[in-house]
Amino acid sequence: MPDQVLFAAEVMLNGLMAGVLYSLVALGFVLIFKASGIFNYAQGVMALFAALTLVGIMDGQVPFSHLINAIFGTNIHHFGWHTPALLAIILTIMVMVLFAWLVQRFIFRHLVNQEPIILFMATIGLAYFLEGVGDLMWGSDIKKLDVGIPKGMNETIESITHGAFGYGFFIDNLDIFATFVAIILVAILVCFSQYTKQGRALRAVADDHQAALSVGISLSYIWILVWSIAGFVALVAGTIWGAKSGVQFSLSLIALKALPVLMLGGFTSIPGAIIGGLIIGVGEKLFEFLVGPWIGGATENWFAYVLALLFLVFRPQGLFGEKIIERV
Amino acid sequence: MSNGSEGNFVTTDGRNIGGVMMEMKNITLRFGGVVALENISFNILEGEVRAIIGPNGAGKSSMLNVISGFYIPQEGEVIFQGSPRPSLKPFEVAHQGIARTFQNIALFEGMSVLDNVMTGRLTKMKTGIFSQMIWAGKAEREEIENREAVEKIIDFLEIQAIRKTPVSRLPYGLKKRVELARALAAEPNLLLLDEPMAGMNVEEKQDMSRFILDVNSEFGTTIALIEHDMGVVMDLSDRVVVMDYGRKIGDGTPDEVRNNQEVIDAYLGVSHD
Repeated sequence: MPDQVLFAAEVMLNGLMAGVLYSLVALGFVLIFKASGIFNYAQGVMALFAALTLVGIMDGQVPFSHLINAIFGTNIHHFGWHTPALLAIILTIMVMVLFAWLVQRFIFRHLVNQEPIILFMATIGLAYFLEGVGDLMWGSDIKKLDVGIPKGMNETIESITHGAFGYGFFIDNLDIFATFVAIILVAILVCFSQYTKQGRALRAVADDHQAALSVGISLSYIWILVWSIAGFVALVAGTIWGAKSGVQFSLSLIALKALPVLMLGGFTSIPGAIIGGLIIGVGEKLFEFLVGPWIGGATENWFAYVLALLFLVFRPQGLFGEKIIERV
Repeated sequence: MSNGSEGNFVTTDGRNIGGVMMEMKNITLRFGGVVALENISFNILEGEVRAIIGPNGAGKSSMLNVISGFYIPQEGEVIFQGSPRPSLKPFEVAHQGIARTFQNIALFEGMSVLDNVMTGRLTKMKTGIFSQMIWAGKAEREEIENREAVEKIIDFLEIQAIRKTPVSRLPYGLKKRVELARALAAEPNLLLLDEPMAGMNVEEKQDMSRFILDVNSEFGTTIALIEHDMGVVMDLSDRVVVMDYGRKIGDGTPDEVRNNQEVIDAYLGVSHD
């Protein structure tokens, strides 16, 4: 029996780690939603696109090579060099900032004061467009991403737990790394929004557009800033997911897992996105472990959504979302 | 006191009124077929309290929105501090030193009073995003300097007690005062107040009137305000523009305006006998 308890503890820990990855994706949603009221369906695809770009730049791939070859009859695929990881990351960040500017300039600038549903539809269009561009630019094959993130079982934890309980916990180094990255990222984001002038401007825009304009805040500057930050968060999420399971187009589907996370945590809360991700991660792993065997397994596919459904019924604003008060 | 539309004189209570700060020339604003403002001209002198009054729907708020850049008139010219102003975005107008409040309070409800007033200082803070991230020392110094200025305004408007309170919890009258504080934090050359006394009780109105007069006399801030309560306006302002149905029907000192037949008709109605 103690073996079972220890095993459950290990499952829980792994659930926490998986939850961190959900949180990272959810974080990007929250940032954009808070600042502009746009539910950005394209966040998952942005993570995919960022990861594709990172791999492409690192491998010295020629962007749009298939297109170029088809038009000019050439046969080029690679520049023949490899870019160091750090430089490639910086270049990818620049691409994401450019992307943010383009989105603002060509889509949302023309949709100011539109209904949220229209903005949402625009992001669905953006998602499919970006997926197509990603395919065209870098090709659709599954790519291996290696930016030097440690992988495999953490032997220290294994040996310590083995010594203490007589049972070695299996914790992936990549998951530990992801956890630290998430903590640092959240700390930076919180400091940025609470203690800098741009952060204050960002919160102001999230609160009231008119008032923000009247104190001299440029809305389009703030929105480009927010989309850039969301692009950066997407890059972090995409890199870690990519390092874990390869950069492939199914990566964009992890965005769907972020939806229940947001239902739980609330669409407007950064801590909510983190806690929500952790609850979903632990919840689905534990549920699969405890209840799964009785009902035929594969519960991880639906558990998160059922949990989100329950939250929608009993606490629609999520755990940390702004309380919905209707004044009559 | 003279009518003084050219400016440069001293009022009976000893305030210096300077030259023309802002001049509106033949402003016409239309929404589709509706004419909100029709060929309106008037000026605002440096250091004065200028009121724009008129019955509901007269176009007062539209006028204020033209001054603050929220609406762009189809015809006419805005001359600010001697030079014609191109059509600017509202946030660019704010950077020119024009601050405003709104008729239906536009505060950042989720933020504390202090943070709200601090946003008013954004036009005064110059460090860019990268130095905010990297060169924390300089950004911190700037934050402290601006914080001091903000604390002075908070003292001035007597809202020390609610500094840390989230704005959403405040009663209406205090919210209006916080909004005034945020506008003042920008140290504006021109302060635009859209119905600062709307919906207030007598006591709150008196407080607000006192603050407006104090701001004008102590900081020398030029103020343009909209009000439909005639009594309040007459006590507060140096000169009054009266509007009705998008047209200007009177312009002058409170006494002149009070005796203007067209103004009386607009407010009291005309008897058709």
